Amino acid sequence: MNRRDALSRVALLFGGSIIGAEAFLSGCKTATKYGASMNFTPDDIAYLNEIAETILPATNTPGAKEAKVGEFMTVMVKDCYEEKDQKIFMEGMGKLDEACQKKNSKSFMESSPAERHDFLVALDKEAKDYQKSKKAEDPSHYFTMMKQLTLTGYFTSEPGATKALRYVAVPGRYEGCIPYKKGDKAWATS
Amino acid sequence: MPGDTLNVNNKAVAQNTYDAIVVGSGISGGWAAKELCEQGLKTLVLERGRMVEHIKDYTDTTKDPWELTHHGGRTTQNKTDSPIQSKCYAYNEVSSKFFVNDKEHPYNQTKPFDWVRGYHVGGRSIMWGRQCYRWSDVDFGANAKDGHGVDWPIRYKDIAPWYDYVEPFVGISGSVEGLPQLPDGKFLPPMEMNCLEKQVAERINKGFADGRRMIIGRTANHTVKVGDRGPCQFRNKCHEGCPFGGYFSSNAATLPAAARTGNMTLRPFSIVQEVIYDKDTKKAKGVRIVDTETMKTEEFYAKIIFLNASTIATASILLNSVSDAFPNGLGNSSEQVGHNLMDHHYGVGAYGESEDFADQYFYGRRANGIYIPRFRNINEQTTQKDYVRGFGYQGGGGRGRIDIQEGIGGDYKESLTEPGKWTMGIGSWGEHLPYYENKMTLNKDKKDKWGLPTIDIDCEFKENEKAMRKDMMESAKEMLEKAGLKNVGTYDSAPAPGFCIHEMGTARMGKDPKTSVLNGNNQMHEVNNVFITDGACMASSACQNPSVTYMALTARACDFAVKELKKGNI
Repeated sequence: MNRRDALSRVALLFGGSIIGAEAFLSGCKTATKYGASMNFTPDDIAYLNEIAETILPATNTPGAKEAKVGEFMTVMVKDCYEEKDQKIFMEGMGKLDEACQKKNSKSFMESSPAERHDFLVALDKEAKDYQKSKKAEDPSHYFTMMKQLTLTGYFTSEPGATKALRYVAVPGRYEGCIPYKKGDKAWATS
Repeated sequence: MPGDTLNVNNKAVAQNTYDAIVVGSGISGGWAAKELCEQGLKTLVLERGRMVEHIKDYTDTTKDPWELTHHGGRTTQNKTDSPIQSKCYAYNEVSSKFFVNDKEHPYNQTKPFDWVRGYHVGGRSIMWGRQCYRWSDVDFGANAKDGHGVDWPIRYKDIAPWYDYVEPFVGISGSVEGLPQLPDGKFLPPMEMNCLEKQVAERINKGFADGRRMIIGRTANHTVKVGDRGPCQFRNKCHEGCPFGGYFSSNAATLPAAARTGNMTLRPFSIVQEVIYDKDTKKAKGVRIVDTETMKTEEFYAKIIFLNASTIATASILLNSVSDAFPNGLGNSSEQVGHNLMDHHYGVGAYGESEDFADQYFYGRRANGIYIPRFRNINEQTTQKDYVRGFGYQGGGGRGRIDIQEGIGGDYKESLTEPGKWTMGIGSWGEHLPYYENKMTLNKDKKDKWGLPTIDIDCEFKENEKAMRKDMMESAKEMLEKAGLKNVGTYDSAPAPGFCIHEMGTARMGKDPKTSVLNGNNQMHEVNNVFITDGACMASSACQNPSVTYMALTARACDFAVKELKKGNI
């Protein structure tokens, strides 16, 4: 487990120019240009919230939007990402919308929840295939970054940790073996 | 030189005179302070960094993850300011304040050496790993047996009563096992193993003819109250400082005990530049400090001086204390000061997953794991051809969250809310031999912002460690496979020396003043009122986490020093 974490961390640290080149070639035609600068706009945050909400929507527990995952993503990209990864993420914000335009003939924000879902299912697969085939030193796919931040942000947020998962701030004791039945929620923190 | 050190007047000398001075307030300095104060000595404790008051200064540790800006994560600013510290497993958004800024506290790596430090009252006793294991005569006799380093001037029988003495005050939870290579101590009730650990322990205990065992970790987390401290609340946030006093630190335990005597004066922001030697009395008469708030130097005097600044810092104080009598540094006629630098080599092991216990889970976050005590080179049957000394393992089983990479939407979200399989990992800690050429020296061309020489560190792992490492990895895999785990994999992250944060050996104990710096009572051979009881004193590294041994040696040396003082011998 630790090794995988370590490897994916290392993968994130190494940037490259492939994605940058693609962005240059594909150009930019969308009306709203997302990720123009690291001073994320309210539009940027709303857009990231909707991406996150599509990945982890409200069900019988709150979704990523309620957990303010869009804002969390911007903080993490700004404060915790290396410059190369920041670039990929920022460009990725534009690319995701372009790809959506291409597929649905409308922007991500104009798409219906079902359209967004289908679009991200395809993008998720593309990112997964890319991650699998890329060399260790190649940068991560922008959607892999978005998805990782969404999962981390959501499951460490108050609604994610306390409603989707289980969280006890001060357990007070340790019990090494207690019964578990299918459907019981996992602990949020270890 | 500032005038305050030249125009000494008697009143100022009297004001700055104590019975004892302790340099450093970390795990061994805290013990020296407690013991000397409790023996009635007026004691000055000098600490280079800021004050950290127990509980009050453990800010943010009661916050939930979502209340922290980065939900606990490290920022690029952290990595820029502290490229070395920020790699440490214990470094997070809350604990980062207990690690130094590497830019402000530079040192020079002749070879890669990760020096992890905390400059504040309590030192690294706030962020330490808390694992406490006694040494045995396998360890104290090792140098004599295979000829590496110099023979320890003490054996287990000399230190055993002092382990007995410190352990109840420290508050160490653990199980009694009767293993000769890992003597039992005075333990609080042990923590519980989880289902998978119990199964793996049983299979390892039965599966090997060499008597190897897997036991619950022995940790300075208090499973029951120790005085007014604890008990542990199983939050697993120890390195942020514990508002419940759930584990041992100088701040929680020894410094308050010292303060209660009314004999302690604690002076933060005081970097000791040197020990002042009096060639007429052939004793140290005091120390010179620089006050980091005023940038002024000042002298303090005492009959006894304990150096507990940490392995590398203590040696650097000695090397910087030059005089006509000791042109190479105080008490350094042996030319061993700064040499024989050791750490443990670790970061190698194996992991696997279990098909069992899908209907079992756990409650609470246990800040402790399992321990597999050394099983190589402890007797004739276990003697290895390829290397001397040995290693132990730490690790643990657990059931984390499920890890599903592909998916989008509500069903995906629900699937992520369940626990995954039980998994287990073990990592090994190996002994590092004392090599004279592994050393730290002063770099007088590169000074820090207080005008003190920076430190060059030239240290590496050699053939014996490399040969041992192969076995460390292979044995880990063998044990996990024998225990029935599936998909067993191995790793070796090959950390640089220093990164295990068990540095020791730079002012070693020994019988002969020609080849060692300290005698069997941690007293300098050449300056009998100076004592060193931090990691610098260690003549070998064994493979156990060393702190409880420093604590026992400190209490023992304090007892000796006070008796000698009363007899008029120092």
